[in-house]
Parts: sequence; structure tokens; C-alpha cells
Amino acid sequence: MSLTHQDVARIAKLARINVSDEEIAAVGNQLNNIFGLIEKMQAVNTDGIEPMAHPQDVSLRLREDIVTQTNQREAFQAVAPQVEKGLFLVPKVIE
Amino acid sequence: MKWEVVIGLEVHVQLNTATKIFSGTSTAFGAEPNTQASAVELAFPGVLPVMNKAVVEKAIRLGLALGSKINQKNVFARKNYFYPDLPKGYQISQMELPIVEGGVLPILVGEEEKLVKLTRAHMEEDAGKSLHEDFSGMTGIDLNRAGTPLLEVVSEPDMRSPEEAVAYARALHSLVMWLGICDGNMQEGSFRVDANVSVRPFGQQEYGTRREIKNLNSFRFLEQAIKYEIQWQIDTLEDGGRVEQATVLFDPDSGETRMMRSKEDAHDYRYFPDPDLLPVRIADEQIERIRSEMPELPAAMKARFVEAFGVSSYDAALLTGSRATAEYFEAVAQASGQGKLAANWVNGEIAARLNRDGKDISACPIAAERLTGLIQRIADNTLSSKLAKQVFDALWDSELSADAIIERDGLKQVSDVGAIEKMVEEAIAASPKAVEEYRAGKEKALNALAGQVMKASKGKANPAQVQDILKQKLA
Repeated sequence: MSLTHQDVARIAKLARINVSDEEIAAVGNQLNNIFGLIEKMQAVNTDGIEPMAHPQDVSLRLREDIVTQTNQREAFQAVAPQVEKGLFLVPKVIE
Repeated sequence: MKWEVVIGLEVHVQLNTATKIFSGTSTAFGAEPNTQASAVELAFPGVLPVMNKAVVEKAIRLGLALGSKINQKNVFARKNYFYPDLPKGYQISQMELPIVEGGVLPILVGEEEKLVKLTRAHMEEDAGKSLHEDFSGMTGIDLNRAGTPLLEVVSEPDMRSPEEAVAYARALHSLVMWLGICDGNMQEGSFRVDANVSVRPFGQQEYGTRREIKNLNSFRFLEQAIKYEIQWQIDTLEDGGRVEQATVLFDPDSGETRMMRSKEDAHDYRYFPDPDLLPVRIADEQIERIRSEMPELPAAMKARFVEAFGVSSYDAALLTGSRATAEYFEAVAQASGQGKLAANWVNGEIAARLNRDGKDISACPIAAERLTGLIQRIADNTLSSKLAKQVFDALWDSELSADAIIERDGLKQVSDVGAIEKMVEEAIAASPKAVEEYRAGKEKALNALAGQVMKASKGKANPAQVQDILKQKLA
């Protein structure tokens, strides 16, 4: 499998990473090398093997449904660039 | 051409836990912005999600109620997209291994029952809220809702009309409240519906191209939106156009759906298992314990009402529309021993009054014991149906028992034959014209005479008896 420049541009856009036109070829090569490695792994016969969701064979620990957090808005908003009426402000987004 | 409509629904059920799915932050509704947003919801570096046990248990509850398969190993996945009300840049959800798979939900359309198949239900976190009102040209973000636990319940495309879709949404809504896993408050967004709608020529096997209507938060909007969408798709196809896959929004003001994004702009969510969370494993004992704690389910209760109280299947379905109504009915039916009368009053007068006053059965001014008192007096013929209505009115507006009201207002039905005969004779003597007409074959004249007797008795004479005695005397 080989990624085209278009594929690279799309992946970069989805990940919100700015990749300039000059960089695309180099990044494409790096990604293709990684995919080469993945292709090797995919060539291994895994019939009958359950896919692993986590490398450790342990289960999720569950917490009781009891409130333990208190309001820390002031502390959190002290490091926010802009706040108003308790809201975090961000550049206007309308989808 | 005749078109067939195909609808599948995805419902976001907000679970009524005390805390968020991945942190011990309160989920109470209506708090000041960002006062219920901890470092986990804000995605501060280094934080890790810690799963809430109640979410798993409530999901299992729903799965058991729907007869679904509970996946005893299920996995959280990251759904990646960028939006400011999702600070992590991904939503924790489930993809390949959801907690609940399959199952069926019976729905009532008109008087007909239909089974709708479920695809799956998975656990996920809600996002925050973006407020687009003007904050000096910026968008305001409130993360109180971020991390609120949701169950996304996905149906198969089994519905064939807007009415069926609404019936399904209502049935699911009442079930999640019945199970006590969701408060069902649609205004506050506790139950949000997305509808996938397509049309195809009758008889065609393949589905048409679907469009998804997002975020419908009332049954009325759900119905309006689907109806509009169906008409739009049929018009488009009949005009020779094509329906393109898209996500649309419903505008309640115009009653129309409009495009939000086309397939080309569809998100590529790049799901992958969340390395921060281990697989959820559910032991047999946990499932059995939850099963043993489940309330009697609506379908079982409905069958029991038909069997034990002799009510019709339709009445039983109405009575089991909510757990509170079912329990109210059962208390009255048990205590009075009059299942059918109880069903008539609960589905009739009580339902109509509650509806008129915008009240829920839990706020019904007539407690079950007081309705029982009324029904007992109807059953033993103390009250005619007309007097019963009068007593009912008084029950609604007071705290008195039915017996106290009957006593106070002197509403006892007169069934004493001698007393009624006397009034009948007086009526006959007073209206020779009606008597003559009746004898000439005009049946209606009897009603005039009966009316006079009822009036003379101040409505308290037993109407059936009055009729009988009149006919006797005039024979």
C-alpha cells in the first residue's frame, strides 16, 4: 500500500496538523515506511486469534457512583485565555 | 408510484447517575456554567478516565429488558473529531464491541402490536455545550454536560411510518423510565432522537439512500420532521432527482429539514480502542444479580392485567404505559376487586383530567385509595354513572373520601322501588301528552318521562330501574 500526496494531505487535515506542500513528500515517505511495517504484521496468520483491545490481560476497575469532585472553576479558568460569565471563550465556530 | 418508507432510530438516553461516566463530578442539571467540569472533562494533561459502575449496571438493565445479548467483554473506543466543546479531541464511545447487542422492543401502533428489532446499545460520554450567542464575537463553552453518561440505542430500520417511529420512541422512553435508568426529561435533553429516513418503491428489496435527521427532542418534532423528510424525498425522486446521503437538521419554526452536511463532508472518525481504558468484563453473577433486581416489565405486567383483572389488551397496554400508572391501577383494581371499572376510570376520567392539568399520575390529586372508594360505590349500585361523575369531581377538588362526599351531598342513588314507583306515578299524572305519545308507539316519549323522574329525584334515582318501572306502569 502506498499513500498518495492527497492521502497525506487528508490525514494531516483530519489530525489538524499543518503540513506544507514541501513537507508532504517527506511525510508521505515516512508514513509509507510505517505502513510497510504494518503490512508485514498483517501478513501473519491470525486466524482464530481474538483481537486484543489492550496489551494487558486485565479488566477495567469500576468506581462507585459517588460525587468526589468539587467546583474548581476559578482555578481552571485562571489559565484559560478568555472567559466570560463562567464560559470559556473560543473563536466563533458555526458548523 | 407507491413508495415505502423505511425508518431506523438512534436514541441518546442520558443515564440518571449521580456522577459522570469517567469522573466523580456531579451531573446535576442546571448548575452555573463550568462548575461541574473537572480536570477529566477539561482534558487536562495527565488525567485518566475512571469508569462509573452505575453506567455499566444501567446498560445491563436495559439489555436484559430488551432481551438483548450482554457482551460480557466490551471495549471503549475513541471517536476522533475536533470541536471546542470536546476538549480531548475525541469522544469515548464503543464501536466494535458494544455492551448490548440485539433485542426487540414491542410497540403499539393504533391497536396493533409490532416488534422492532434493536441493533445495539453502547455506552459513551456526552460533549459540552457551545453557546453561539454573541460573546464579543466569540463562542462560549460550557463543559458541565461533558462526560455525562449516555446509552446510544440503535434500532434496525424496521419502522415503516412516522407513526411507528413515534410509537417506538415512546415505548423506549417509557421503558427507560420504567427501568429507572433515565429521567426521561426531553426538554433537558435526557432523551434525544436521530432518525434515519429513506424511501423506496414498493416491492423493491434494496433500501433507498437515507438522510439522517439529527437531535429531535420531542415526539411532535420527531413526527413532523419525518413526515416532512419523507415528502421531500418522494418529491425529489418523482421530479427525477436523486437523494444524496446527508445529515439534516429539523427547524421547528418552518417545519422543514435542511442540510447540515453532505456525505463528502461526513466525518472520518478514525475509531480505535481507547488505550486509557481496559476492556469491561461482566461476570455471570453480576448479570444475575441485576436480573433479580429488575422490576416486573411492561409486557409481563400487561399480560398479567389481562389475566388477573379481565381488562382488554388495549386497556392493559395503556395502563402499562408508565410504571406509575400501572402501579396506581393495580392498587385500585386490587383493593376494589373491580378490574374493568378501575381500568375505565384510570384510562378515562383520570387520564383526561391529568392531561387537561398537564399533570403526571404521580401528582394525581386522587390517591388510589380514594378512587377505590368511588369504584366500590359504583359497583354496589350506590352511585349511578352520573352521580359517580359528580363524586369524582368532588374527589378531584377535595381531600374527602367518596363516602364522605356521598354523605355530605346526599348523593346516594335511590333504588328503593316504592320511592321510585311514587315518582313514576307522579310523572305519568303530570304528562298525559307524553303518555299518549308513548302508547301510540313513540318510544322517545319514554325518555321525557324518565327525565322528569330523574329530575324529581335530583338525579339520584337508579336510571335502569326508572325505565323498567315506567314501562311496567305504561304497559
